[in-house]
Amino acid sequence: MIDIPIALHIPDGFLSAGVAASCGLAAIAAVAWGLRVANVELDEARVPLLGVLAAFIFAAQMLNFPIAGGTSGHFLGATLAAVLLGPWLACLVMAVVIVVQAFAFADGGVSALGANVLNMGVLGALLAGYLVVAAGRLLPRTRVAFLGVAGVVSWVAVMTGAAATSVELAASDTVPLATSLPAMLGVHAVIGLGEAVITVAAVSAVLAARPDLVALAPKELTAAGAPVTRPAEGAV
Amino acid sequence: MILALALAVGLATAVSPFASSNPDGLEHVAKRKDFLDEGKLARIQQDSPISGYAFPGIGNERVATGLAGFVGTIAVFALGYGLAFVLRRRERGGAPPGAPA
Repeated sequence: MIDIPIALHIPDGFLSAGVAASCGLAAIAAVAWGLRVANVELDEARVPLLGVLAAFIFAAQMLNFPIAGGTSGHFLGATLAAVLLGPWLACLVMAVVIVVQAFAFADGGVSALGANVLNMGVLGALLAGYLVVAAGRLLPRTRVAFLGVAGVVSWVAVMTGAAATSVELAASDTVPLATSLPAMLGVHAVIGLGEAVITVAAVSAVLAARPDLVALAPKELTAAGAPVTRPAEGAV
Repeated sequence: MILALALAVGLATAVSPFASSNPDGLEHVAKRKDFLDEGKLARIQQDSPISGYAFPGIGNERVATGLAGFVGTIAVFALGYGLAFVLRRRERGGAPPGAPA
């Protein structure tokens, strides 16, 4: 037994070079697009939010909570980031957190960095971001519906990350999909519940304190109370 | 916003030492399915400043974890803020090419 910290983060040695490289390319592409989006639409007022959110997600990821069977899990945060910042800026926030974890804390591998950014950040952020927007078009634009969607979507995002990890492990010939997928999904079904609780609580708190900072909230929720300083999209 | 940052730093410093140290989801599956030992640290990570969330040179495990949480949260905040500051859309002063005058 070697003693390395694995906190839902894939260490080096689990993935083949090809799989690690493919995931790395995908992660780099997503982060690059995130950088572009930041250049176009990240306004001054939301600069601190990016820092605070990254700090909060890093802190929350340290707080492993026990789940059944002597296992633990922790908050991932991709859905929270996507709801507050939109899917592409969320990719940036998650990448910042995961890069610091790998290099300063030896948490998650270096060759597996792309896979970790993809599984815990990009996939969840994009899926959650676009699902929340799509659900907003179909459901009533109320606080309860919005928070409910955030909760469900955060569970789905965690499950997607777990499934992607299983697929990457199988493609690397580390463990067959039939073996790891049920195990990963089983554990993460519970971790996803924790994710949903924390995401809903956090979004609800931000909606109460600073509704203007919830990028994906329906306008009806952000317009109430404090004046919205965010420039209207499409305005010249 | 300051409050949220304080909450993050507080959680990482004061609560993380008491977080569950059970193997987490992936680690648990890796152990049960017998591929945990294939994991290894990259060379560069052997010199990580705060490997394994334990601040070096501190005997008390809880204090070491709390300090790691404190330093890490501040560092991540600074990096996130700095990145956002550099990338932000500029509206006045140093207007990007093509921006309306």
